[in-house]
Amino acid sequence: MTTEMHSGVRIGAWSWVWRPWIVLVTTVLAALTFLIFCVSISVGDFTIGLDAVFRTLIGQGERVDEFVIMDLRMPRALVGLIVGAALGISGALTQSIARNPLASPDVLGITGGASATAVFLVTASGGAAITSSIGLPAAALTGGLLTGLLVYFLAWRKGIDGFRLILIGVSVSAVMQALTTWLLVLADIRDVARAQSWLVGSLDARSWTQVWTTLWVTIALVVVVLVISFQLRPMHFGDDVAAGLGVRYSAVRAVLLLCAVLLAGVAVSAAGPVPFVALVAPQITMRLLKSPVPPLIASGLFGALLLIGSDLVARLVLPNDMPVGIVTAIIGGPFLVYLLVRANMKRAA
Amino acid sequence: MEQRGQESAPAEAGPRQRRLLGLACLVVLLAGAAVLSLVIGARSLSPAEVWQGLFGDPGTDQRLTEITLIVHTLRIPRTVLAVVAGAALGIAGALIQGHTRNPIADTGLLGVNAGASFTVVLAVYLFGLQNPIQYMWFAFVGAAAAGVLVFGLSSLGRGSGNPLTLALAGQGVTVFLAAMTTAVALGNKQSLDVLRFWNAGSVQGVGFDVIGVAAAFVAVGVVLAVLNSPALNLLNLGDDVARGLGVNIAASRTVGVVAVTLLAGAATAACGPIAFLGLMVAHLARWLTGPDYRWLVPYAGLLGAVVLLVCDILGRLVVRPAELQAGIVIALIGAPFFAALVWLGKFRQA
Repeated sequence: MTTEMHSGVRIGAWSWVWRPWIVLVTTVLAALTFLIFCVSISVGDFTIGLDAVFRTLIGQGERVDEFVIMDLRMPRALVGLIVGAALGISGALTQSIARNPLASPDVLGITGGASATAVFLVTASGGAAITSSIGLPAAALTGGLLTGLLVYFLAWRKGIDGFRLILIGVSVSAVMQALTTWLLVLADIRDVARAQSWLVGSLDARSWTQVWTTLWVTIALVVVVLVISFQLRPMHFGDDVAAGLGVRYSAVRAVLLLCAVLLAGVAVSAAGPVPFVALVAPQITMRLLKSPVPPLIASGLFGALLLIGSDLVARLVLPNDMPVGIVTAIIGGPFLVYLLVRANMKRAA
Repeated sequence: MEQRGQESAPAEAGPRQRRLLGLACLVVLLAGAAVLSLVIGARSLSPAEVWQGLFGDPGTDQRLTEITLIVHTLRIPRTVLAVVAGAALGIAGALIQGHTRNPIADTGLLGVNAGASFTVVLAVYLFGLQNPIQYMWFAFVGAAAAGVLVFGLSSLGRGSGNPLTLALAGQGVTVFLAAMTTAVALGNKQSLDVLRFWNAGSVQGVGFDVIGVAAAFVAVGVVLAVLNSPALNLLNLGDDVARGLGVNIAASRTVGVVAVTLLAGAATAACGPIAFLGLMVAHLARWLTGPDYRWLVPYAGLLGAVVLLVCDILGRLVVRPAELQAGIVIALIGAPFFAALVWLGKFRQA
């Protein structure tokens, strides 16, 4: 870490530090995400040229393209975008609050709760639940949120403490995972296959209604997060320093953690428990941005990029509809390891 | 009580005696649990019958022959395995939390569980193996390979001194292997069927051939762990302080990680991935003895053995005459208990 001076920018009452590298990387990430988004819309059973995609997006495309893009492909891509962003931001918040790079919404019990509920529904109904598109996501969302809130309240004792939070979260997640495993052991093997494919997370067959609910809830939560997030940075110095700098850390932490739980819950309800995005997005963006703390916006962008990029790879390269959750892990895992190794080699040189 | 560990010098007699007493209590607990483990099961045997089964000559008595068979081929192997695997996972948990300085590091963090699961699923998919004894060897190979891969990747350049790199590299490799496992299992029903039972984690149905190999690896791991604990005490003061006090950081980390891989890998290969045990036991042991790893390692080992054995016994009781896998019992019963202790503020950051 080199300490170099950054020039400040001041406009009226507002001032901030001008960090060209962070702005550059964030912009590149945003541009890449948009590009992959367009490519993701353009390819499918038949390919629509990128120029036609752009024209349709600004409302001047042909009717055939418009139907395919707006009705068939857009919902899937948009849900991928929103879910990825929600997971990325949720992960960045969790890791900041817990001050632990291994923390993620999985640790908060949301994924575990959603999985246990979904598997219970699938195995109890003999697979009927998986065919009705409304029942399963709603039940998973309920299970995930209830578990997340359970962790939240169990960890609450005169405020939220990061250490207590993750240990309680790990315990509750372990219970939920054990329940899931137990249900799978007892179940019929055909139901197991169905449950397993849901457990990985998928973007298949999304509708516009799903897009809108997911979008509005996510936007509302992200706005809350961004408004409060200026208080997040001092909290990395520890509670005492944060209090000294005028941060009401207990309140800030409680609200931000609630936002993280809800963001992850929204993501799980829309796409199933997509693993790893929330954990890896903040860690990778920290290294790309050379930032000492998990950056919020860039994590969201990278989460979105990872998810729709993986979806694209799953559809283009891999055989027979591999669920997107598998691809995020297969791409994200090695990429994280690559960044770590590269940093180590640099340190050695 | 919790502060005692830091104040105690070896010269003080009080805490040292108390710790020795604690160790003795754990040994007694373990012995009691082992006896219960021989007695309790789908068919309840009285202690006298177990004694006959252990040492008596069955002769031509059919009932006695049956008892001898049950004791020798079912009860003794699973009791021994629970003790060996529990001790291994407990010690591995203490070491991995020390080396990554992360309170939620579990024994699966170095990719050992994911590697074993992947090779098991792959072996079932490629060779159509059905028998646990056959794919157990693949699990050994998978666990070891994943451990070596994680450690190799994180120690390229100058990474071997950095706990964060180790934890994150382990996490990266783990999710990658888990995804590959799911990918194989989704395309192959037989693999999926094996995977779901494998994932539960159980000490049942393993013979002494497998247990012997696992125990050998665990023994080496325990020796390395004991040798590693003085250095780990210094490493937890921070790398700079440790270096100043003459610790060879890279060497100590290597020994620690090799120990964790051996311990967790052998236990996982024999039982399947038993999550949470190592994490829980490490915190419990630290609560009982304080942060000195010379005491933490034996405490964690004994506690792990007791917890796994008791959970295995409970698993035989709760859904009689069927059984609940020990891995599931640990999470269902152990985790709430652990959470309650966390809420009461019994644990502190290492």
